[in-house]
Amino acid sequence: MKRENIRNFCIIAHIDHGKSTLADRILEQTSAVALRDMEEQLLDNMDIERERGITIKARAVKMKYKADNGEEYIFNLIDTPGHVDFNYEVSRSLAACEGAVLVVDATQGIEAQTLANTYLAIEHDLEVMPVINKMDLPSADPERVCAEIENIIGIPAMDAPRISAKTGKNIHEVLEKIVTDIPAPKGDPDAPAKALIFDSVYDPYKGVIIYVRVMDGRIKVGDTIRLMATGAEFLTVEIGSMGATELVPTGVLCAGEVGYIAASIKYIGDTRVGDTVTTVENPCKEALPGYKKVNPMVFSGVYPADGAKYQDLRDALDKLALNDASLSFEPETSAALGFGFRCGFLGLLHMEIIQERLEREYNLDLITTAPSVVYKVTLTNGEVKFIDNPASYPDPVIISLAEEPVVKASIFTPSEYVGGIMELCQQRRGTFKDMKYLEENRVELHYDLPLNEIVYDFFDALKSRTKGYASFDYELTGYQASKLVKLDILLNGETVDALSFIVHADSAYSRGRRMAEKLKENIPRQMFEVPIQAAIGGKVIARETVKAYRKDVLAKCYGGDITRKKKLLEKQKEGKKRMRQLGTVEVPQEAFMSVLRLDD
Amino acid sequence: MGKAGVYIHIPFCKSKCPYCAFFSKPGTSREQMLEYTDALCRDIKETTGSRSIEVDTVYFGGGTPTVMPDNALIRILNAVKDRFNVAENSEITVEANPGTVDSDRLIALRKSGFNRISFGVQSAQDSELRSLGRAHSFEKAREAILAAENAGFDNISCDLMIGTPYQTEKSLIQSVDALCSMPIVHISAYMLSIEKGTPFDCERIRSLSADSDMTAELYLSAVKRLEENGFEQYEISSFCKNGMRSRHNMKYWLRDDYYGLGASAHSFVGGVRYYYESDILSYIKDPKNCIRTEDNMPNELEEYTMLSLRTTDGLNVNRFAFLGGDSDRLAKLAAKLEKNDMGRLCNGVLRLTPKGFLVSNGIICSLLA
Repeated sequence: MKRENIRNFCIIAHIDHGKSTLADRILEQTSAVALRDMEEQLLDNMDIERERGITIKARAVKMKYKADNGEEYIFNLIDTPGHVDFNYEVSRSLAACEGAVLVVDATQGIEAQTLANTYLAIEHDLEVMPVINKMDLPSADPERVCAEIENIIGIPAMDAPRISAKTGKNIHEVLEKIVTDIPAPKGDPDAPAKALIFDSVYDPYKGVIIYVRVMDGRIKVGDTIRLMATGAEFLTVEIGSMGATELVPTGVLCAGEVGYIAASIKYIGDTRVGDTVTTVENPCKEALPGYKKVNPMVFSGVYPADGAKYQDLRDALDKLALNDASLSFEPETSAALGFGFRCGFLGLLHMEIIQERLEREYNLDLITTAPSVVYKVTLTNGEVKFIDNPASYPDPVIISLAEEPVVKASIFTPSEYVGGIMELCQQRRGTFKDMKYLEENRVELHYDLPLNEIVYDFFDALKSRTKGYASFDYELTGYQASKLVKLDILLNGETVDALSFIVHADSAYSRGRRMAEKLKENIPRQMFEVPIQAAIGGKVIARETVKAYRKDVLAKCYGGDITRKKKLLEKQKEGKKRMRQLGTVEVPQEAFMSVLRLDD
Repeated sequence: MGKAGVYIHIPFCKSKCPYCAFFSKPGTSREQMLEYTDALCRDIKETTGSRSIEVDTVYFGGGTPTVMPDNALIRILNAVKDRFNVAENSEITVEANPGTVDSDRLIALRKSGFNRISFGVQSAQDSELRSLGRAHSFEKAREAILAAENAGFDNISCDLMIGTPYQTEKSLIQSVDALCSMPIVHISAYMLSIEKGTPFDCERIRSLSADSDMTAELYLSAVKRLEENGFEQYEISSFCKNGMRSRHNMKYWLRDDYYGLGASAHSFVGGVRYYYESDILSYIKDPKNCIRTEDNMPNELEEYTMLSLRTTDGLNVNRFAFLGGDSDRLAKLAAKLEKNDMGRLCNGVLRLTPKGFLVSNGIICSLLA
C-alpha cells in the first residue's frame, strides 16, 4: 500500500457523545468486521468500558476503504481513552495519528472533555475534523453546535458531517472526509527505524504485545529491537496489523503504518507507553519527543475483606498490572485491616476502575482506605519527602514546609448552576481564575483546586449541585504550600491507622466531626459503649459515643429452644466475623466505606 | 447428674394468642384429642420399652394442657407413672390457662398426682390482657389461683410478660405487686419477643410495645420489685420464693436428660438432641416415625457456657476451661463485666447480674469467639 493512501486517525469526544458507536459504524462500513462478529461497541472490550461508556485502554484497528475516487485506502483507527486520568496515554495515542475526528453531540454541544481533547489534538498538530452526532434526536440543534465549535474552538464546522452513529446516517460522508481532510503520514522509509509505542497488552502465549506507529524506517520479524527509554532489547517473533477481531501477521511494518510487535517480552514494565522502538542493527539517533514516565497521583490502601484472601488479591493485582503499567502496588500492613496493598493510581477513575475490576473479575470483597494524594514535605533538616500514606506522615515538629498538589480545573455548566459550583469550589479551597460565557447560558469556569479536595467526592458533589449537567476536567499543575495536618480517628481510645488522613487545617474540624458522626451511624451498638474521637496530634477535636445496647437476650430457653438458640449465637458469631475487631470494638466494613463518602 | 425429666406436649388450645409461636392448634375436636392421648400413651410405652428410666419431674406443657378433658390428662400421667420410674417426691407440673379451669377440675388434677400448676396470667391489667388476646381477666386469674390453692396446690407458678403493648413501668410494677400478693411461689417473667410470622409481627404492635432499651429498663425494674417482694431470681426469667425453683426447667439448664413426648416436643437423651415433627396427624398415626435428630453431637462447651450463664448458679471457670474454654479471655471479659456491673467472678464462678443477663448473648459470643 502506498503511504499516500494511509490515514491514521483517532476519534475524540466527551463522554457519551457517541465515540464508540461511531467507531463501530466505521468498522462496519469498511467491512473490517464480518457481521457475525459485530458486537456493539467493539473497541470497548471490558464490561466496565461498555457499562460506563468509557474507553479505558487504547486500541487500534486497521480497515480497508474503497473511496469514491476509486482508490483503496488503509484506515488505522486508534481509539483513545477519553478521561483525564489517562491524559498521557491519550497524548501518546494522538502522537501516533495525523488527524482526529471530533465527535460533538448535537443536543449537548461542547463539554469539558471535548475541549480538553481537542486542545490536546491541536497541540499534537493533528488535523481536527468535526462531526455532529445524534442528529436522530428531536432536540438536535446542529446550527448552535456548529457555531459553538467555530466560536469556542475556532475551527470551521459548517461543512461538518451531520450524522447519526446510532442509525448509520451519513457515515459515508465521514469516511470520505477522512480521505480528503486527514493528511497521509510522512516519514522516511529508508531512515533508521523509529516507532512510537502507544499501548501494550499482555497475552499469555505471546507475552507483551506492543502497539506501535512506525514513524521512519521499517521493522521486520527477526530484527532485534531496542526500547530506548528502558534500553531493553528483544528479538521480534511476530509483527503485523490489528484486525477488528484478531491480530493479522504481516512480517513487517513500514514508516506510516500502525501495527503490533510481539517479541517474547515478559514484563509490561519494559514497554512503556511513549517509548521509542528502534532496531539494534540500525538504530536511530534520537528518541521521539514527549516520553515521560507516568507517576501515580492517587494512593489508597486496598485490603481483602476476608484476611484469608490476601494471596488472591496479590494474584489479581499481578494480573491487572500485566496489562496496566500505570498501576503500582506494594504490600502494606494495617493494625485495623491486616495485610493489604498500597496502590497507586493515575487518578480517581483509574482507582475506581481497578477496584471494580478486582471485585468483579476476581470476585474479591475489598476494603479500601480513603484516597490520598502525594504530599511533598520538607523536613527541618532539609530532606524532602513525598508522602502517599497518612501513616507515614512525619511528626509536625520536624516539618518545615508542607506542600500539596494543585490542579487546574475547568468546569462547563449551564449558567444557572454557577452559584452552586462557586460555593462548592470555595468550600474545597479553590482559587477562582476566570469565567467565560460560551453562549448566553453556558459558562466555562476555571479554578485552581488542591487535588486533595477533589479526590474525595468532588464529582458527586458537582453532579448533585448541577443535576448532572456540569462537566469537569483537570490537569495537575504542581505543588503549593499548605497548612496540612494529620487527622486521627480513635475508637475506644485507640488510633485506627486505616482511618487516618491528611487534611487542610481549616477543614480538619468539620471533616473530623463528620467522620465521627458517620462512624457513629455505621458502628452498631455493642455490649459496651464506644467512644469515637477525631484528633489532631494529641488534641481531640470531635467526639461521639456509640451507646451500649441494653438487651440481646432470649428470655425463654427451654428444652425446645436450646438448639435454636445455639444457631442464633452462631449467626451472631458469623456477624462478628464480618466485622473488624479493633481492640475491643467491632467495626463493620461499611463503616470504613462510609467515611470515604462524606458528602454534605 | 440428676434424674431425667419427662415433658408432655399438648398442642391444643382454645384460641391462639397472637404473640405465641409455640406449636399448638386451636379448635381441635375432642375426638382428635383422644386419639392424640392414645398416641401419647403408646409413645410412652414404646419409649421406655422394658427399661427402667428414673425420672423426678414431669411437665405437661402446651398449648394449653387444660383444654384436654381431665381424664385424658390423667390417663397420660398414669401412663408416665406406669412406664417410667417416677420418684416419690417428683415435681409434676401442668400448665393452665386461668380461663380453662374451675374448682372441680383443679381438685381432680391435684388428686391424680399433679402437684405444681403454672398459670399463664401475663398481666394484672385487663387492658393489657386484651391486647395480648388473652381470654381471661385478671379477676378470673385470681380466682383460678385461689381455687388451685384450695384444691391443695402449694406450688403455684405464674407467667408475667414484660414489654407488651400499652405496658408502662407503673402498670408493670402493679402487676408484679398484684401477683406477689397471691399464694404463689414462682414467677416466670418474660420479655416479649415478637416472633416472625405471628400476628404480633407488625408495625402497629411494635409501635405500641416498649423498644429494646425500654424493655431492658422494664426488666430491671421488675427484677428489683420481685426481689423486694421476696422472689429471688435464679434464672434470666425465673423467680421463686423459699427456694421453690422449677426443678423441671432446671434440667434444661443443667443439661440433664429429658424425654419430650408429643408432636413438636424436644428431647435430650444420652447426649443427643432430637424432636418430633410438628404434625399432630402424623404423630397420631405413628409417633416414632415423627422423630428427627436435631443435633447428635452438641458442643458441650458451647451449651454449658450458654446454659450455665442463664442461671444465678453461674459458670464454673474450671469446668469452662476443662471443656476447652479460653480462661484468659474469660478473665479479661469478667473484669470488664464487673466494671460495668454486668457480672461478678467470685470463687471461680462467673455469675451475671440482671444487667448482664440482658446482654448475655453478647457475653456468650465473646466468651466463645
